Amino acid sequence: MADIAAHRASPSPFRAWLSRVGQGRHLLGLLFLLPAAVFLLFFLTYPLGLGVWLGFTDTRIGREGVFIGLENYESLMGDSVFWLAVFNTLLYTIGASILKFALGLWLALLLNQNLPFKSFFRAIVLLPWVVPTVLSAIAFWWIFDAQFSVISWALIKLGLIDHNINFLGDTTNARASVIAANVWRGIPFVAISLLAGLQTIPQSLHEAATLDGATGWQRFRYITLPMLSPIIAVVMTFSVLFTFTDFQLIYVLTRGGPLNATHLMATLSFQRAIPGGQLGEGAAIAVAMIPFLLSAILFSYFGLQRRKWQQGGGD
Amino acid sequence: MTISRRDVLLGGAGLAGAATLPMMGSTPSLAQALPKFDPEPGASLRLLRWSPFVKSEEDAWIANTKKFTEATGIEVRIDKESWEDIRPKAAVAANVGSGPDLVWVWFDDAQQYPDKLLDVTDLAKGLGATYGGWYPAPEAYALNRGRYVSLPLATIGNAVIYRDSWVKEAGFSEFPKDTKSFLELGKALKAKNHPMGFTLGHGVGDGNNYCHWILWSHGGEMVNDKGKVTINSPETIAALKYARELYLTFIPGTESWLDVNNNRAFLAGEISVTANGVSLYYAAKNDPKLADMAADMRSVNLPIGPVGKSVELHQTTSACIFKYTKYPKAAQAYLSFMFDAPQMNAWIQGSNAYCCQTLKAFASNPVWTSNPIHAPYAKASETLRPNGYAGPLGPQSAAAMADWIVVDMVAEAATGQRTPEEAARRAEQRAARIYR
Repeated sequence: MADIAAHRASPSPFRAWLSRVGQGRHLLGLLFLLPAAVFLLFFLTYPLGLGVWLGFTDTRIGREGVFIGLENYESLMGDSVFWLAVFNTLLYTIGASILKFALGLWLALLLNQNLPFKSFFRAIVLLPWVVPTVLSAIAFWWIFDAQFSVISWALIKLGLIDHNINFLGDTTNARASVIAANVWRGIPFVAISLLAGLQTIPQSLHEAATLDGATGWQRFRYITLPMLSPIIAVVMTFSVLFTFTDFQLIYVLTRGGPLNATHLMATLSFQRAIPGGQLGEGAAIAVAMIPFLLSAILFSYFGLQRRKWQQGGGD
Repeated sequence: MTISRRDVLLGGAGLAGAATLPMMGSTPSLAQALPKFDPEPGASLRLLRWSPFVKSEEDAWIANTKKFTEATGIEVRIDKESWEDIRPKAAVAANVGSGPDLVWVWFDDAQQYPDKLLDVTDLAKGLGATYGGWYPAPEAYALNRGRYVSLPLATIGNAVIYRDSWVKEAGFSEFPKDTKSFLELGKALKAKNHPMGFTLGHGVGDGNNYCHWILWSHGGEMVNDKGKVTINSPETIAALKYARELYLTFIPGTESWLDVNNNRAFLAGEISVTANGVSLYYAAKNDPKLADMAADMRSVNLPIGPVGKSVELHQTTSACIFKYTKYPKAAQAYLSFMFDAPQMNAWIQGSNAYCCQTLKAFASNPVWTSNPIHAPYAKASETLRPNGYAGPLGPQSAAAMADWIVVDMVAEAATGQRTPEEAARRAEQRAARIYR
């Protein structure tokens, strides 16, 4: 018995170390973080760092590059196609995000009502988001076809137009068309996320406001919107990031045409790096997207999440 | 007769010499003149090729490969990718030094990473000497500083395909041979409500083919033979003026067309004339509902412009072996076997005029006379002009094509979004960034 007691009193050094680790919050926390940190390091930090480095080199496919400083960026400064891609990307992101937010919020408010077949509609709404981008892009490719567009066909049959609409051939139409396709795909994400947010708003606030004589608009402006703003900030940050970095839709629909009118920075970066073989320049274009993306994130967090604004106050 | 592994150590393909295979065309196997490769023991190979456009072409290649495996014991795994995905896949393989042993690449891909590719000069020279020599333009895609970094495999011919009855209805008893009367035909067809349609969008194959023909047929060129940008020239401006006039006879919307759109429009009876590979004809021929259309289809080479000869881009595919392969001899033995007459003839036959020979001796393959629609495609390697003409092939020519400089220039001028002078100037600025 005495032996057993002595043994219990003096555990092995390994067990003692384990016990210390188990009880030490910092060490244990670090251990739990380790897998995620390693994952991020290899699959996020390394590719990002490599991309930034490549942007400072003249690496081509099949040839190691040398450090050339800012030469890629200087060259891009004088490249009209690059600036056109920047303009297109901003137009695409801003246009599509505003529409996705407005229509997504509207849809969320509708789905938050007590409609018949509510669950069915909520499931249906998710479809555009669930369908793989390439498939929906191919569907839009047919919808926007210069000869076989169902929209043109329907409008001609209705006697509203007398010739096919040149959806993807005219530069303005092409920009509008790709934005429309992106909005169609992106609305469900915004709508369902905002719907989740709407359901966290206590009904009692609306009831109290109604008793105080608040109109529907006032309830929306002073209850719904402020309480939804943290969700809006997160959802729109993601939405802007997805839109800004879009590639598949453009690649399938237009390859950046006509006349580069729908080239985004992501598609131009791919075009220059892979088919064009200029990995350094392609990487520089991709890196040039980072400041825009950071600005969007900062705007979202420091702008939309201001507590004062959320509480219904002014600036 | 027993064929030992050694017999097939190919260069020579004792197989073919043993006359165990049906002879096709009039090109006998002369493979004994080829260098011999002793495949590494235990070798196996992986080939990455583009997805077939004509099923029988793939069947013929697989059948030939099977013969190779039976003769040598070397297993060959054939992977397929959509043709536009080959370039990034091959590029990644070149960069990371791992992947398929052999790849069928497009255009000047091999010129982008020549140092990563196995030198196949002995085999290429042997094949050239045996089979009447290589056509110069496909050969140019394979040659880098005097050495062969790939074997020109095929030129994917591009030719005008038209509806004979509609052309006759427009008052032309035969298809125009020069650009001037071609324009007149376009106007007449438009008046009969059967417009022409050529791709002006970012279609890698059709867009580039059509726009390079516009430029080259009028004497324009991206750079001169020293690599100096010369695209902003009177010849280019004349070409762009012509493109504008021709565009006015097109069906609306061609500036948005990618590679598939002209096929769809043609098969739907929306257009009377377009340029495409022979696959368009077979799409109609293999569809019973389109039998009348197929019977009415004819093909011809693109008209000759002021430059006075037929000049076209076409698509060119080459077979290359990556240096990282563990089995370089087996890979060369495989290519040697596949280029040998019995196999190459069977493959060209199987491709139904989609793949044009790169070695002159195979011009006598019966496929070219088996159907009149095949005739213009037989000349693809002859009329081929390499990308980036008249400059050297390399990273700059590849970058200029990837950036759609010629396509955008022609589309800008054709659609009237810029004057021909402005479009040529803009193309010059864009090209100057690349040819620094």
